[in-house]
Amino acid sequence: MRIALFVTCLTDTLFPEAAKSVVRVLERLGHQVAFPMEQTCCGQMHVNTGYHAQGLPFAREFAATFGKFDMIVTPSASCAAMVREYHPRLAAQSGDVGLSREVAGLAPRVHELSMLLTGVLGVTDVGAYFPHRVTYHPSCHSLRMLRAGDAPLRLLHAVRGIDLAELPAADSCCGFGGTFSVKNPDVSAAMCADKCAAVLSTGAQVLCATDSSCLMHIGGALSRQRTGVTTMHLAEILASTASGDPR
Amino acid sequence: MSMPTYLGMPSFPDAVRPALADSQLRRNLAHATGTIRQKRAAAVAELADWEELRAAAKAIKDHTLANLEHYLLRLEQAVTAAGGRVHWAGGADEANAIVASITRAAGADRVVKVKSMATQETGLNEALAAEGITAIETDLAELIVQYGGDRPSHILVPAIHRNRAEILEIFRRQMPGVPAGLTDDPAQLAAAARAHLRRAFLSAKVGVSGANFAIAETGSMVVLESEGNGRMCLTLPQTLISVVGIEKVLPAWRDLEVFLALLPRSSTAERMNPYTSTWTGVTPGDGPREFHLVLLDNGRTAALADRTGRQALRCIRCSACLNVCPVYQRVGGHAYGSPYPGPIGAILTPQLRGMSTAADRALPFASTLCGACYDVCPVAINIPEALVHLRARAVDSQPHSSFYSERLALGTIAWTLRRGARLARAQRTLSAARRLVRRPGSPGWVGWLPPPLNGWTRTRDVPALPPESFRAWWSRTRGDDD
Repeated sequence: MRIALFVTCLTDTLFPEAAKSVVRVLERLGHQVAFPMEQTCCGQMHVNTGYHAQGLPFAREFAATFGKFDMIVTPSASCAAMVREYHPRLAAQSGDVGLSREVAGLAPRVHELSMLLTGVLGVTDVGAYFPHRVTYHPSCHSLRMLRAGDAPLRLLHAVRGIDLAELPAADSCCGFGGTFSVKNPDVSAAMCADKCAAVLSTGAQVLCATDSSCLMHIGGALSRQRTGVTTMHLAEILASTASGDPR
Repeated sequence: MSMPTYLGMPSFPDAVRPALADSQLRRNLAHATGTIRQKRAAAVAELADWEELRAAAKAIKDHTLANLEHYLLRLEQAVTAAGGRVHWAGGADEANAIVASITRAAGADRVVKVKSMATQETGLNEALAAEGITAIETDLAELIVQYGGDRPSHILVPAIHRNRAEILEIFRRQMPGVPAGLTDDPAQLAAAARAHLRRAFLSAKVGVSGANFAIAETGSMVVLESEGNGRMCLTLPQTLISVVGIEKVLPAWRDLEVFLALLPRSSTAERMNPYTSTWTGVTPGDGPREFHLVLLDNGRTAALADRTGRQALRCIRCSACLNVCPVYQRVGGHAYGSPYPGPIGAILTPQLRGMSTAADRALPFASTLCGACYDVCPVAINIPEALVHLRARAVDSQPHSSFYSERLALGTIAWTLRRGARLARAQRTLSAARRLVRRPGSPGWVGWLPPPLNGWTRTRDVPALPPESFRAWWSRTRGDDD
């Protein structure tokens, strides 16, 4: 199957290894990955910060870029939720009926990686090998906007060699929240401190999530504290095989 | 329209600092919200049709709000027919003046109060004090807050920020006739309050309450409570005044079936709260001889005009959203600068009060949009949706000079991100410049960024820029072909 990759601006710029891992996993499963170069950003930062007029062009560009694809995958639950929930609203607010129709047809074809694999492609064992102690943080938008449920955990359970540790208070937000992390830095840091304590209590070497944004936040604090705990996107673990370390 | 208290509060991002640094408060909040959260989940899980109940409650409230004028006039008619008197108050000052004048006409200089959010909102106690009338809070937690010269920090548990040692101190200092040798044993503290309040109940001429629901069909008021103080205030004084927000009206008695299933489980995690009082006008020879209903607008009509924001008017004040909110759990209620804290406060306060101050404009941003509040809301208020909507209103309503750097930064980012080629160029520039901001964190991370990005690096490292973006790698290894 031909699947278009919506890489997201953050993953593209700061976490290229996560995106390369998505390509590796899908190609290993026999799919063809397309990457339209015109793609940029879903507009979440602007919309969630209150700049809705600046957010609309992103919805428009997204529809123009991905409209021709039947299936789109993204390594971010948050950006997938933005496209699926907010692009239709932005289009409706704009009064552009054509755009609304386009977005309504396109939004359901945009899938977060773990939901694409388990729900659409029907795969839980992607042939990965990762002999390390891992704990998984379910991002808020994967849990409460996309309702991804345990899809990422089912994929992780099927990884050979993995030692999966349950994260206490897993469904509690890490405190990133996009521009919340700089507009309310003190609360954000307090929430992150509790998340780091939960991660450390598991004894895991690796913290895993479906969103690079949460991992950037928690990972940044784990690094600052020199905990030695590393962060990896779900795709990076799924891309790991016995023959080669993805890092 | 106004909420006269809390003037001069700093904005949320600054107002949180004392709470975040208060180890006792952090512990009290984590413990209290954690306990009630678990209990609520268990109480809700008992009902197989919880989601249907939520949908029904949402539908009833939406229908009522869409036909508010009709139901309010019906309520007025029914209350009047049952021997009560209805007063319409546009704003807080007007409501407070009505209560003061009724109290004076009753020849009283004191009122006993049932816990009420509407009168917290209007600042009734302070307004009455200015008129020489003493308001006595009879809910135990409200009494602690009042004696402490303090403000409530939770809708349901107003003194959630106080521990028993502090309560003992407050009672010793403030309570008339406090028993000698009183200790911080909760049973002793409650007994002391009980003895004190009993004297107040028996001598009060005027009672003041709010209402959880007002039934248009019959003109009946409904108050749910746990301590029995409400029942005392509603039945003993000769004059009863109820200050009720106009959004509290329900069309008919049968609607209570839905809300009485939702509210106690959501707020106190009980199947049914201990005391539910209902009354209809006056009944000769039984209870108050005079009943006054003050219907309060105070910004509600303005909120009703906002298609997305108006869903906040469905709120039944259960406070489930506070208990699950990761922000509230860490900072408590005071930083929200309003009697309505937490997620519901962040969408209700700026609508009731308007967004003319920086503090009110900051409230919709006091959330990570994690969505836990929406999941537990018994009337299915999509709080994250309303927050995002109100953020846009906040940005649009701010004076052009403030937030200017933010507007400029986001405009620049938007311009850069609008075309794939622009983003690619920016990524190449950043990759080339990455050595300039290098102060190593642990491997792969950078420990310092220049202002204004140092807000992030004060407590967190940032990932080091990779030598090559994903799109550069794709172009190099796969070509431009999509």
